[in-house]
Amino acid sequence: MDKHTLQAQKLSCIRDDRLLFSNLDFTLHKHQVLLLEGKNGSGKTSLLRILCGFREPDAGVVHWCGETINSEQYRANVAYIGHLDGIKKELTVLENLQFALALAQAPADADTVQAALARVQLAGFDDMPAQTLSAGQRRRLLLARLLLAPSPLWILDEPFTALDKQGIALSEQLMAEQCDRGGMIVLTSHHDLNLPSTDVHRIRLS
Amino acid sequence: MSISAAFFAIIRRDLLLALRRRSEIANPLFFFVLVITLFPLGVGAKPHLLQAIAPGIIWVSALLAAMLSLDSLFRSDFDDGSLEQLLLSPHPPSLLVLGKVLAHWLVTGLPLLLIAPLLAVLLGMPSQSLGVLLLTLLLGTPVLSLLGAIGVALTVGLRRGGMLLSLLVLPLYVPVLIFASNAVEMAGSGLPIDAQLNILMAMLCMALVLAPWPTVAALKMSLN
Repeated sequence: MDKHTLQAQKLSCIRDDRLLFSNLDFTLHKHQVLLLEGKNGSGKTSLLRILCGFREPDAGVVHWCGETINSEQYRANVAYIGHLDGIKKELTVLENLQFALALAQAPADADTVQAALARVQLAGFDDMPAQTLSAGQRRRLLLARLLLAPSPLWILDEPFTALDKQGIALSEQLMAEQCDRGGMIVLTSHHDLNLPSTDVHRIRLS
Repeated sequence: MSISAAFFAIIRRDLLLALRRRSEIANPLFFFVLVITLFPLGVGAKPHLLQAIAPGIIWVSALLAAMLSLDSLFRSDFDDGSLEQLLLSPHPPSLLVLGKVLAHWLVTGLPLLLIAPLLAVLLGMPSQSLGVLLLTLLLGTPVLSLLGAIGVALTVGLRRGGMLLSLLVLPLYVPVLIFASNAVEMAGSGLPIDAQLNILMAMLCMALVLAPWPTVAALKMSLN
């Protein structure tokens, strides 16, 4: 747990013959947050997808603890929230959560799950089909997933979308806790990030 | 262990999903029944002709029904982002894909198997070939699902992949069709069918072991 680092070396990304970024270097240590900034279409999501291993960088490499990210060990350490939430609308809140936990190898007992749902203010929704949730509530369900399967690295693509003020405050609180326990976060956000006591690095893509 | 837990979790989830959107089960089955019951009407009252072409009719219908059902294998997971989460999980993705294909076969292939004897009797198939028909369906339809998974994985990212999917998958389906319908026909004439069954079994073993890898590779390409 001590030496978790995420290191990107000379990353380049070309999309539809357009150079989004090139020679991008950064190293992220534990307790740190990396905030990607830039206007729409500047390659923030592409960079996050490269970090997840969904997309091959057109040049450069990403290392996790000194090894390339194409490994089970890396995937066991990362949690990703993207534009698509991966919630099955036909399944209930609880079923969605339980499946996510089975995938993440993070078994949790019923009480812990209920506590997490209460924390994200979804208590009492556990046997509702996910299609009855509002967009913000779906985001809260994703927060519960993060809460129950604590991964050292969070990769979050616009995590504040559709959340209300309380929801944003709650996500910031969760992020602060993640950094306190030695985790790290890479995120994009157009919302001003309010994390006073954490080490936030910024990269501006243009 | 946790790997098998994830394997069963995905099967359980997909079966639950199929139960909640029932049309997914009903569509291929409905198609299968409809095509086979229309044949006697189209061919006319010629019991001997029907009896002779029954293995072919049943197997071609099963093959087309399997192909119709393929698109639902990865479609919703691709559209709602579940596929990203599956491929980002620490479990071997080929195992998760195998779980998905198995669940898909239980939902779309197994019902065909259950209704096939009834339809075979409808076409006047001799009783000694009924068992063989079931056996070939049991061995053959999982091969169709496994091979089809490769094709779906390749085309799931395309907007109109349906036509391409059938072009990709049909040539792979032809050997299954040939050996399976031939076995049923030979059994009807009381001839030995060990060779055909062995080949079908070999195809199933090969597909079980080898198909998940290209499927995973194709899914990764589709996500890119």
